Amino acid sequence: MNKFATVIMAAAAATLLVTGCSKNDDSSEEQISGTGIKVGFSQVGAESDWRKASTESIKEAAKLKNINLTFSDAQQKQENQIKAIRNFISKGVEVISFSPVVATGFEDVLKEAKEAEIPVVLFDRAVDVSEPGLYVSFIGSDFVEEGRRAGRWVVANVGETANVAELVGTVGSAPAIDRKKGFEEIIANHPGIKIIKSQSGDFTRAKGKEVMESFLKSPEADQINVLFAHNDDMALGAIQAIEEAGKKPGKDIIIISIDGVKTMFEAIFEGKANCTVECNPLIGPQLFDVIEKLHAGEKVPARIPSQEGVYDSVGGINVGTDAEPVTTKKITQEIVDSRKY
Amino acid sequence: MKKFKFPMRYVPISATILVFFVVYLIGIISFDNFGSPRVFLDLFTDNAYLGIAAIGTALVILTGGIDLSVGSIIAFTSILIAKMVSSGCNAMIAISLALAIGILFGMLQGWLIHCFSLPPFLVTLAGMFFIRGCGFIVSEESIGIKNDPVFSFIQNDLTIRLGKGLNLRFIVMLYLAVLLVAIFFSHRTRAGRSIYAIGDNELAATLMGIPVGRTKIMTYTIAGFCSALAGVVYAIYLKAGNPLNCVGLEMDAIAAVVIGGTLLTGGVGYVFGSLFGVLVLGLIQTLIIFDGRINSWWTRIIVGLLVLVFIFMQNLITKISKSKSKSH
Repeated sequence: MNKFATVIMAAAAATLLVTGCSKNDDSSEEQISGTGIKVGFSQVGAESDWRKASTESIKEAAKLKNINLTFSDAQQKQENQIKAIRNFISKGVEVISFSPVVATGFEDVLKEAKEAEIPVVLFDRAVDVSEPGLYVSFIGSDFVEEGRRAGRWVVANVGETANVAELVGTVGSAPAIDRKKGFEEIIANHPGIKIIKSQSGDFTRAKGKEVMESFLKSPEADQINVLFAHNDDMALGAIQAIEEAGKKPGKDIIIISIDGVKTMFEAIFEGKANCTVECNPLIGPQLFDVIEKLHAGEKVPARIPSQEGVYDSVGGINVGTDAEPVTTKKITQEIVDSRKY
Repeated sequence: MKKFKFPMRYVPISATILVFFVVYLIGIISFDNFGSPRVFLDLFTDNAYLGIAAIGTALVILTGGIDLSVGSIIAFTSILIAKMVSSGCNAMIAISLALAIGILFGMLQGWLIHCFSLPPFLVTLAGMFFIRGCGFIVSEESIGIKNDPVFSFIQNDLTIRLGKGLNLRFIVMLYLAVLLVAIFFSHRTRAGRSIYAIGDNELAATLMGIPVGRTKIMTYTIAGFCSALAGVVYAIYLKAGNPLNCVGLEMDAIAAVVIGGTLLTGGVGYVFGSLFGVLVLGLIQTLIIFDGRINSWWTRIIVGLLVLVFIFMQNLITKISKSKSKSH
């Protein structure tokens, strides 16, 4: 009996040791840690092409700048992200950066980081905290402005009457809330433009397709002539659904979305979609510039916007304000080819 | 000399404890600061809600049942509390209501399972969908709990500061207290013993005059309470509620219980084991985060392998025990 127990325990321990060791072997292949500043970064997940491009950009930039990067994928779960941030603090990193999964619930863990005197830089999405000073800087896009740009493009190209179907992003996430807000802000001045359908597609292609299918089966299906998707992946899913329903995407239903990924550029180039407002994921270099400045003890602005354009099938349309004009670029084969993600 | 006999029933839990220390050792050898008390304490802080949920799951599995509604109840209760508190309701009332709903919901599930002889898997699956949906009715968006006196009190006054960055939080103490009560309940009370008897052999338990129905309904009620309490702990932990959170958490709880040495067929195991099950899950995740280079999904792969190893081990033990009792 005793013998058996020993064997079993040895087997269990061996399994773990083996997995533990092979794990270390794997990591040497993908060596992304340098000897410089110790940075802990927690990414939302790998839910879209955009996110994957952003992850790549961060890892590449870290390698270039010799950053000792501890990277963790939260798999879209807040609980994982909080654990990651706590572990970064315990591990003793010098700067923490993360893209929050949702806006709420980070207050306690950010206080712990502050107590440990580790500066926090938010990337891509903001958090909702009740006291200031829990993070030093926020680098990322202005989601409300992206929503406004999408709204202005619709006003400029579709005209004063439009029935819009909206594919909302992950419920409760900052980009979903803000893009909706920005879009609604613009169309509020144009009573002819109405959102007649609005539902969450969770920022994924599969859900985007599923929700669009349900829109196209609803009684209002024939009235829909504009689709506003909060990201390209949902729009790409919706294009499939529209084609399967026997309609022409980009013509019967004008499609506008946000992000600017390569597949969306291709869709616009082929005439299956009309416009995409860029939300630049390649801000890894910008992020580590800020982190290096912080580490050197320099002051950094609390809000750092990323540089972004708008791409469509027409070109030359002002989707900014009169004071700060932003004109759209017409998509050409060259632009499609030059896109990395 | 009398040969020392290691009782068969202690094998799985000993293996779990061994695995815990092996993983811990791997961490300490591989990384600086892994052995710091802070990491150990964070393990409890970050997994208190899972631990409490796993206690309920352990009891249900001991009866030979299963509860899939755990994660959804946590999401529902945490968003309910966040919604009520942020609309000005007293936090104690919100927490009490959340716990009451958990208890009633668990009771209802237990009643359906017992009175209509329905499979626990399906009843709690229905419960899982139902209560997840209810969470989205309360609010579709995450809600933060800000400047609430009760939550601030729990955060500031019920935390024992052991040193810089070392905080023994209320939720950790609560978890350990609930665990102690559950261990006492399962081994030292008539109702607790009945749970084991039913899980071992329901027919025999009935013939022995054990109130099978009452015990089952009670177990699911306790599980509902544990899930709701885990939801309360989650709300305190995050100071927020989100109807999207804790999707699939019941699977983590089940994994923790299995790794903790409880037999999925019921009747064999210890509530105490769930503690080490939860700690092993947390530790593997910590290890991968500390490494920070390999894909985070390895956590799942390793947990999957570990669960498989434990199931095989339990299977072997059951077979050996049976052949032994035959030869007697």
